Amino acid sequence: MTTAAAALKRTPLYDIHRELGAKMVDFGGWEMPVEYSGIREEHRAVRERAGLFDVSHMGEFEVEGKGALAFLQKLTTNDVGKLAIGRVHYSAMLTPRGTFVDDLLVYRRGEDRYLLVVNAGNTPKDFAHAREIAKGYDVRLRDASDEYALLALQGPKAEEILAPMTEADLPAIPYYGFVEGTVSGARAIISRTGYTGEKGFELYVDPADAPRLFREILDAGRAIDLLPAGLGARDTLRLEAKMALYGHDIDDTVTPLEADLGWVVKMGKGDFEGREALARQKEQGLAKKLAGFELLDRGIARQGYATASASGAGVVTSGIPSPTLGKSIGLAYLPIADTAIGTEFTVDLRGRAARARVVETPFYKRERAS
Amino acid sequence: MKFPDDLHYSKSHEWVRIDGDVATVGITEHAQKELGEIVYLELPEVGHVFDSGQEFGTVESVKAVSELFTPVAGEVTEVNAQAVEDPAALNEDSYGDGWLIKLKLSTDDVSDLMDAAGYEKYVKEESEEH
Repeated sequence: MTTAAAALKRTPLYDIHRELGAKMVDFGGWEMPVEYSGIREEHRAVRERAGLFDVSHMGEFEVEGKGALAFLQKLTTNDVGKLAIGRVHYSAMLTPRGTFVDDLLVYRRGEDRYLLVVNAGNTPKDFAHAREIAKGYDVRLRDASDEYALLALQGPKAEEILAPMTEADLPAIPYYGFVEGTVSGARAIISRTGYTGEKGFELYVDPADAPRLFREILDAGRAIDLLPAGLGARDTLRLEAKMALYGHDIDDTVTPLEADLGWVVKMGKGDFEGREALARQKEQGLAKKLAGFELLDRGIARQGYATASASGAGVVTSGIPSPTLGKSIGLAYLPIADTAIGTEFTVDLRGRAARARVVETPFYKRERAS
Repeated sequence: MKFPDDLHYSKSHEWVRIDGDVATVGITEHAQKELGEIVYLELPEVGHVFDSGQEFGTVESVKAVSELFTPVAGEVTEVNAQAVEDPAALNEDSYGDGWLIKLKLSTDDVSDLMDAAGYEKYVKEESEEH
């Protein structure tokens, strides 16, 4: 609470959050709801029924032009050449050192039309980086963040709630696929994506339509006890699903290989920013790697806490009491030799050495894949 | 929000109830609201001696960890084991079942602490600054 409230940006849904009694916090320069009825209750709603999130703070860049594909192949690590129209993939933008500028989603909307979705707090930095790379490509790059509000409807009942509100054929949208249609008469990109490890949709809509849609979805979900959910539950949900969070598990000091995100890096696709550094790192071998762990002793291992394992020191990047598992879980960069499943180590919990064990991730996986 | 009249309050949002030479310490309703759902509590063992203003434990919500400070000096005579087991008590009844520790007072000087009206004003001023 050190930033003056006046300096914080607000989403089009700010008034609704206040009306719903949300506790607001500064997140990446945005005044965002962290919780409404309670983090664990909202978390359970998403796992068992559905939750509705405002994630309008996320940044959106529009990319168009004959050189769009070549530009994105250079800018990002995943293989955009394999991305079909109507599909989305997770990717990364790297520095020349191979470390993260940011992680992002890439949407292919047409032959030469793409939408990039980046982290709110990184938007200006990402745009500057992308603009630099765009020089020399036949491409128009535009920061359209102000033109998109983003609602995330997540949970096993999400489809049931959304279906009566749209003409779109929801069952036909594959995981990491999207259609451009309408929701309750408003234009929307309806995307089967999310940051919770649960089924659900993300809806990119005009900021002017966002408040009405948010209320209508809340109303439509009342029968199944849909809850508005804040960034607190978003964090516990994404961590159970082992989805990385920039500023915690990844940043410009670590590479995707160290972050256990090697699958978003397609070395065979040709040149991209950071490729040489990653090739070198592959050759030399990793010194550390991000590993999932559970605490064997009581407590919560939080970001920045030091770890001690057989081969040396490490650091916790995220840690929560997992509402679904009833255990204390987290992610930590550990010396590579100490990252095998079952390896025990200790975390310094403010002076107390708590025992921890490397476990399989994701910590939570929904029962049926779709 | 409640500010019981029979308690003394610290600027770090603990309350203390003095009963003879025994002081019961907890966190205020305002503090538990600010923290959100409390999921973990770490308290000292019986026999520990604290000066006033010393850290005696931690309280954690899903999002944050906060230190607890004793508003008064004394020796720990009792710890609320039930609250350690189920810290939701701090959210549900911060002035009752959610008490934290009892101290045998080494001095009954509470002149550094606020009364209910003073604390209510303090909380109001603090939230206006944000």
